[in-house]
Amino acid sequence: MENKMENSHEITSAELKQAKGRSLAQETWRRMLKNKGAVIGMIFMILLIIVALLAEFIYNYDTDIVAQSASSSFSAPSAAHIFGTDQFGRDIFARVLYGARYSLLIGCGSVAFGLLVGLLLGSLAGFYGGFIDNLVMRANDILYAIPNILIAVVIVSLLGTTPLSLLLALSISAASSFARIARAAVMQIRGQEYIESAYAMGLPTWKVILRHIIPNCLSPIIVQVTLAIGSNIIAASSLSFLGVGVAPPMPEWGAMLSDSRQYIRSAPWMCIFPGLAIVVTVLALNLMGDGLRDALDPKLKK
Amino acid sequence: MIPTILLTSLLIFWAMDLTGGDPVQTILPENATVEQQEALRESMGLNRPFFIRYFDYMLGIVTGDMGTSYVTKLDVFDTFMHRLPMTLALGGTALLISVIISIPLGIWTALNQNTWKDTLGMVLALFGVSMPNFWLGLMLMLLFSLQLHWLPSGGSGGIQYLVLPAMTVGLGLAALITRTTRSAMLDVIRQDYITTAKAKGASHHRVIYTHALRNAMIPIVTAVGMQFSLVMTGSALAETVFSWPGIGLLIVNSISKRDTPMVTGSIILCCILMALINLLTDIIYAYCDPRIKAQYSSKG
Repeated sequence: MENKMENSHEITSAELKQAKGRSLAQETWRRMLKNKGAVIGMIFMILLIIVALLAEFIYNYDTDIVAQSASSSFSAPSAAHIFGTDQFGRDIFARVLYGARYSLLIGCGSVAFGLLVGLLLGSLAGFYGGFIDNLVMRANDILYAIPNILIAVVIVSLLGTTPLSLLLALSISAASSFARIARAAVMQIRGQEYIESAYAMGLPTWKVILRHIIPNCLSPIIVQVTLAIGSNIIAASSLSFLGVGVAPPMPEWGAMLSDSRQYIRSAPWMCIFPGLAIVVTVLALNLMGDGLRDALDPKLKK
Repeated sequence: MIPTILLTSLLIFWAMDLTGGDPVQTILPENATVEQQEALRESMGLNRPFFIRYFDYMLGIVTGDMGTSYVTKLDVFDTFMHRLPMTLALGGTALLISVIISIPLGIWTALNQNTWKDTLGMVLALFGVSMPNFWLGLMLMLLFSLQLHWLPSGGSGGIQYLVLPAMTVGLGLAALITRTTRSAMLDVIRQDYITTAKAKGASHHRVIYTHALRNAMIPIVTAVGMQFSLVMTGSALAETVFSWPGIGLLIVNSISKRDTPMVTGSIILCCILMALINLLTDIIYAYCDPRIKAQYSSKG
């Protein structure tokens, strides 16, 4: 006993730090910071979120975003309007900035909602198997077969062309993909010994799922979250483009593109800039997602 | 597959019922009297309860009658089959373009992993994945038809009309398949049998194409097969952008016109098409992987 005590005195603080190591989250964060693409993506997303939050204070929705002024319609990009103006003379730069709020809100909101539902159903299906599994997976197959656009049409025509109904529509397909991933991950973990020992300790099933299973299958899910936000932003804009998403005059990027189509000959800037905004945002999210995947699973990188 | 189709059709039928509006107003001229409207409703059986109408509709499908469009008065099955070759041509060309670009690019980036070539390929692919398909279509249209006047900006006709929509769908798809090919190849080229093949003195070409690619094919084929639904949605968007008269445009237009029989019928036919594509993917698996083929032949 005394011998051990003496030994512990000899350990320097640096050694102690090394011995303690880092948590998985710290380790992931450290690896992520080494990935240039992921850092660029992260910085861009932080900036975009700040812009989206501040847009309300920079621009007045009624006078700067939707107000029409025929005198300045279809001006090409210039110092006064760096992205040009649209058919109603509205400044496209302001609308693109303001539109970030809708895209981010719909992208993140639909993923969050889908994650909640998908994680719950998927982990139940993976954990219990049998009837519940069958039920969830068949429902999933059906959702898979119905085109997103139709789900969106139903929800949008029931609730109206608002960002919220688009968010709900997209969260359904997000839920189905999260359910698949969660199910696969849970099935893999279910048989592990530490789950058996958690049971042996007398934990109730819900606690085993919540405390031991879900935390252990989080990494594929976290990666999917980042990527799903990006793909839902694209899906939202596609739906608005087809006319079943957010309705004009709201400056949603897809709705702006839908508007721009008929003026593509005379005013090409109208369809260039909102599209670029989507590309850059989704690119940033994908860079983050890829970086996160590499950071969580370093085997892939080597 | 059959329960899936049954449930899918029920859901779509219900959805169209909720949102369909009144088909009678679509069909009759605007000055029709209330009595005329009511008579038509009665003769079309629209006054009956929902489940009876659904049952009647499904009975029709089983006997080969998918109903007629409210808008064009044409047979749904015939219209679909008439449009199908257009979408298959678009989807097929798009798939071809994407495979021609993505598999060599995926192999090239994997073989040059962590060099500038890899980075270049991956940045391109990442751009492709991050781009909304329809916007890519608009940009291609802007460049090739409105600026350079090389290709028509929409419609159908000769092969020149197919180029831009197929590029639109194909390039987006290529980006996805490139990523899959790269990671599948990276998994495979580290295996022992590749080292063995090299040690035996097999040429670089033989090692890559016979030993490595063949084994990397399974995830690639899965990715391509899975993307088929994406090809369909992508086609719907590309068809809208370029007014290409395929199934995608048919469904999008029918939805906006609330043409219930057309929407329901087309989507059921699409489901069947998807199932056939999945079957095709499974057959290609067997072709790629002798182990899977052996499994089938041992069963008889």
